[in-house]
Amino acid sequence: MIDIFDIMGPIMVGPSSSHTAGAVRIGRMARTLLREEPVKADIHLHGSFAGTGVGHGTDKALVAGLLGMAPDNLDIPNSFEIARERGLDFTFDEVDLREVHPNSVLMDLTGDRGGRLSIRASSTGGGRIRVDELDGVEVSFTGDYNTLIIQNMDKQGNLSEVTTALSLAQVNVANMSLHRSSKGGNVMMIIETDDPVPDAIVQLIENRPGILQVIHYRKED
Amino acid sequence: MNLNSMQEIVSLARREGKKFWEVVLETDMENREVSRYESMEKMAQTWHAMLEASQVYTGERRSASGLVGGQGKLMYDYAAAGKCIGGEFMGQVIGEALAMGESNACMRRIVAAPTAGACGVMPAVLIPLYWRENIPEEKMVEAMYVASGIGAVIAYRACISGAAGGCQAEIGSASAMAAGALVYLKGGNKDVMCHAVAMALKNLLGLACDPVAGLVEVPCVKRNVIGAVNAIAAADMALAGIESRIPVDEVIDAMGEVGRRLPVELRETALGGLAATPTGRAVKKRLHGNRGKKKRTLTIKDARWKLEKPAEEASEAPVEGETVPAT
Repeated sequence: MIDIFDIMGPIMVGPSSSHTAGAVRIGRMARTLLREEPVKADIHLHGSFAGTGVGHGTDKALVAGLLGMAPDNLDIPNSFEIARERGLDFTFDEVDLREVHPNSVLMDLTGDRGGRLSIRASSTGGGRIRVDELDGVEVSFTGDYNTLIIQNMDKQGNLSEVTTALSLAQVNVANMSLHRSSKGGNVMMIIETDDPVPDAIVQLIENRPGILQVIHYRKED
Repeated sequence: MNLNSMQEIVSLARREGKKFWEVVLETDMENREVSRYESMEKMAQTWHAMLEASQVYTGERRSASGLVGGQGKLMYDYAAAGKCIGGEFMGQVIGEALAMGESNACMRRIVAAPTAGACGVMPAVLIPLYWRENIPEEKMVEAMYVASGIGAVIAYRACISGAAGGCQAEIGSASAMAAGALVYLKGGNKDVMCHAVAMALKNLLGLACDPVAGLVEVPCVKRNVIGAVNAIAAADMALAGIESRIPVDEVIDAMGEVGRRLPVELRETALGGLAATPTGRAVKKRLHGNRGKKKRTLTIKDARWKLEKPAEEASEAPVEGETVPAT
């Protein structure tokens, strides 16, 4: 079903919904998933992002997003200077990621508390985005829903514990998927929910044995 | 209600004694699970963002490539001097379309309607009329719903991106949305509105998306002008009683079909049309001259090391005698 505010909107800083607004959203999503103030970002542009990215401000937009700006922030064109003031060190290069969406970027991030994240995401049109890979595990989610990203060990029982916790909190699951890099390795559970998950439930899940990390992405308007 | 067909929206509105914009509003309330107030508040904000984008324009900025900037101001000054062939109002419409397209290219805040590249068409027809006729705010917001509904039907039946359907899908769709909004503001009935939408889209059928150097600058900024002027012509024709001989939903379907048949060179790839002219190529060369020097191939696997923790690697070490499949 088409959202009329995807037709009449978004309100955004130009010039391109995919190469600018989508890029801001990717940066912002990466910041949320890193859960720290980013201090180092190695940004690898692929395909059309590499080809016409500079002319579209894709580079500035990604950095703006990493700084927490929204797609309508008028400071997006000044993001490089703001990053320097705020101690975010960034590099850009062009890469060939092979068979991925043409508007893709791979970012290696370090936070101010030493946390690291490798994220590959794509801008799929009209400002919409998709996260395609997290720390080497292929995933797929868009940020159109409230999303739980749960990293756990590949053992029995975790999945049912998580779904039980969600049903206790009366949170309705819209979509869910499981991804793993190899058998017995780490598993990424992606759970998209209609309503945001209460912090207490996120905490409860995170404290279960076998669960390594829980990130809660709250849907943005 | 699914916004799948102009005819169906019109029939439903007639059956239930509602206005076209009310059906669109109620669909949004249902779809996003929001109240009437929340939906209308968001639409009002969207309208105000358009107005603000118009008011902060000075014409001083230049785009990253230097190709775009200042054209809107030249047009405003020319129109203000009373020189415009089409009269001062038409001069303002042209100036507004240029100013908004330019603002987009210069990384200012705009409202994508339906896309960022076509962001000048709706404000170019709405804003000069709003000032000239002192139209109440609520009425402008209602017109925005009308345009959104038309855009949603086009997005459903055809497409609204240059990559999928060429410029006709962006400027053509924006022009159709604007024509419908104009008819609503001028008090035309739903049939008149459908004819205006159909005529606006028909007139831009087949328009190629051929951006120089792949940037939303040339010819995109000026294409907003044809979208706006065409919307006014289509609305005036419909209000004069002229009908589209092809029904609106069929015109939209035809736009989708033409879009699918457009060669890929003319769908935002910057490989054909104006982008492929000697001058277009020269601009691209100037902008991207240094590209490719830093390029390297990085496979997804290169990033994998970060996931593996030393402890887990140890536990996964192959047991003696067991063969490990190559990965």
